[in-house]
Amino acid sequence: MKRTLTSAAVAAALAALSGTAAAQISDGVVKIGVMNDMSGLYADIAGPGSVTAARMAVEDFQKTSKAGLKVEVVGADHQNKPDVGSNIARQWYDVDKVDAIFDVPTSSVALAVSQITRDKGKAFLVSGAATSDLSGKACSPNTIHWTYDTWMLANGTGNAIVKTGGDTWFFLTADYAFGHALERDTEAAVLKGGGKVVGKVRHPFPGTDFSSFLLQAQASKAKIIGLANAGGDTINSIKQAAEFGITKGGQNLAGLLVFITDVHGLGLQTAQGLIFTETFYWDLNDDTRAWSRRFAAANGGKYPSMVQAGVYSSVLHYLKAIEAGKTDDGTKVINQMKAMPTDDPLFGKGSIRPDGRKVHPAYLVEVKKPSESKGPYDYYKIRATIPADQAFRPMDQGDCPLVKK
Amino acid sequence: MDTIFGVPTQALFGQLLIGLINGSFYALLSLGLAVIFGLLNIINFTHGAQYMLGAFGAYLLLTKLGLNYWWALLIVPIVVGCTGVIIERLLLSRLYNLDHLYGLLLTFGLALIIQGVFRNEYGSSGQPYPIPPQLMGGQKLDFMFLPNYRAWVIAASLVVCLGTWYLIERTKLGGYLRAATENPALVQAFGINVPRMITLTYGFGVGLAALAGVMAAPIYQVSPQMGADLIIVVFAVVVIGGMGSILGAIVTGFGLGLIEGLTKVFYPEASNTVIFIIMAIVLLIRPAGLFGREK
Repeated sequence: MKRTLTSAAVAAALAALSGTAAAQISDGVVKIGVMNDMSGLYADIAGPGSVTAARMAVEDFQKTSKAGLKVEVVGADHQNKPDVGSNIARQWYDVDKVDAIFDVPTSSVALAVSQITRDKGKAFLVSGAATSDLSGKACSPNTIHWTYDTWMLANGTGNAIVKTGGDTWFFLTADYAFGHALERDTEAAVLKGGGKVVGKVRHPFPGTDFSSFLLQAQASKAKIIGLANAGGDTINSIKQAAEFGITKGGQNLAGLLVFITDVHGLGLQTAQGLIFTETFYWDLNDDTRAWSRRFAAANGGKYPSMVQAGVYSSVLHYLKAIEAGKTDDGTKVINQMKAMPTDDPLFGKGSIRPDGRKVHPAYLVEVKKPSESKGPYDYYKIRATIPADQAFRPMDQGDCPLVKK
Repeated sequence: MDTIFGVPTQALFGQLLIGLINGSFYALLSLGLAVIFGLLNIINFTHGAQYMLGAFGAYLLLTKLGLNYWWALLIVPIVVGCTGVIIERLLLSRLYNLDHLYGLLLTFGLALIIQGVFRNEYGSSGQPYPIPPQLMGGQKLDFMFLPNYRAWVIAASLVVCLGTWYLIERTKLGGYLRAATENPALVQAFGINVPRMITLTYGFGVGLAALAGVMAAPIYQVSPQMGADLIIVVFAVVVIGGMGSILGAIVTGFGLGLIEGLTKVFYPEASNTVIFIIMAIVLLIRPAGLFGREK
């Protein structure tokens, strides 16, 4: 206790000394809270790796910044439960003086945290969650949706597959906010492309055995089985589809949300040929390669997922906005972030729209055959790049109340 | 084509068969729990972690030592069973005179520690484990494609379950065991080493969990979470069957697999909850479980 008091006093003194730049930083410290699934299904996608990414962003920001901001990073495990996540968010904002919450995979938790952040006038930068409602009907002046969303995944993957003849679909959907949003957005993309949805089944989250649902998909005779789930659920679905001879029988799987960590877990033998959409791959250019190797060294050799890359990018931009706007007031920082163009080594140049949607290019990738891969994490062939202005849902279609029609 | 409530009968057969496969895992796992509870009065919450250890054991044997599935089936249950023996000797044996809750807390804590260590080492996405080459492929039945491996799981599980039931309910050794739980002092007076018997029983129950883990490795991803997800359902199975009843655990294991399979066809959203609904109903009508005896 004594130590915290002293460090608080030192921090306050430092803040006072560093002059005007830090004059409006609450408590003299910018406190960043990374909240995600630290131990369950999504721990590899986000988890402790996201905290590492946030720390790297702070490090890189301090190297170039002259503001002398004092920044602290804390992490917490929401266990994919909205009630647990809400409690942490309240505790962080009310007691622990956290200024902004980052990451938060699992859409149902992210929607809850977004509402709390809005009530408290803080800042929420979502990297892990997918539901496009965060920049649609549930958009908020205090929330920015950073890395990807269900509309973008659906549009990228759904469109590409319908165009190449996969025009009848059956959905295997995780039964919660994220799965429903992904299914809805993909269905829209399929219908728009002239395809047809012949059936769907909703499985409990998280599930273990998918064979029953896969047999229903098989019986539907759909050409494409769309997996509107994520993480371990997707891995097990793909594995069991191979076991039940579904892919051999002529039906194809479409992974609607697949991360590089999933491909790593499945192995190329099982995952080869799978097509899906990502917004980040470590092997895109020299900048992403250099950063990813640094990240892997700090993360037990595991390469970054797009969620972790997104945490880095969002923390960096958040700190830049505080430096530029000279305040860490939640609503003001978010406005400042929207006003400034984004630029970082991972996602390149981009921008944030008034509805809170960060836009950048997306990549349609195909998993390599084992013979094509040179080693661990050499997994993707980039089939197409979807430019930033086409990758995400047009602002006028999202029903976001912040956007005047 | 004939239909039942709008579902073709053919498809229904397929779903029932899959229910049976999942039921074999429930039966195998709840069997170990029932043995341990019936004979030691310990609520073994480490069971899920021990099932996970079985799967990881198979994975490690294959990747580190190059030993295949069949060796794993033999070696892993023995090795994991031995770790069970150590846990029983060092920790559990100190709790027999205390309330059930102490055993529950200890085993739950152990499970968290074991899972945490593995998650730290291997991450949460899990590791792939191939189906053994002898059991690759499958049979084209009239109503579905049955992978050979799944057929093997049903058969192996049935043999193990019935063997265990026979051992405990019908042999002299089983008789000693059951007598030792009723009245340890009297059995000891006849010159039987009761503490050692109890230790070995725990090791055996743990070995059963590891065996289920090895059998699950090729089907599910080998991940630190795999046991935690399953153990709650398995506890419900044991409660419905009647705590400590071996036959109850086997019959309810398979039966609930079937019921769950049907739920997945008619109302998939409820397939996670249906077992708990049944548990609530059973507890209201027969508090000791379907096959349990009131004490």
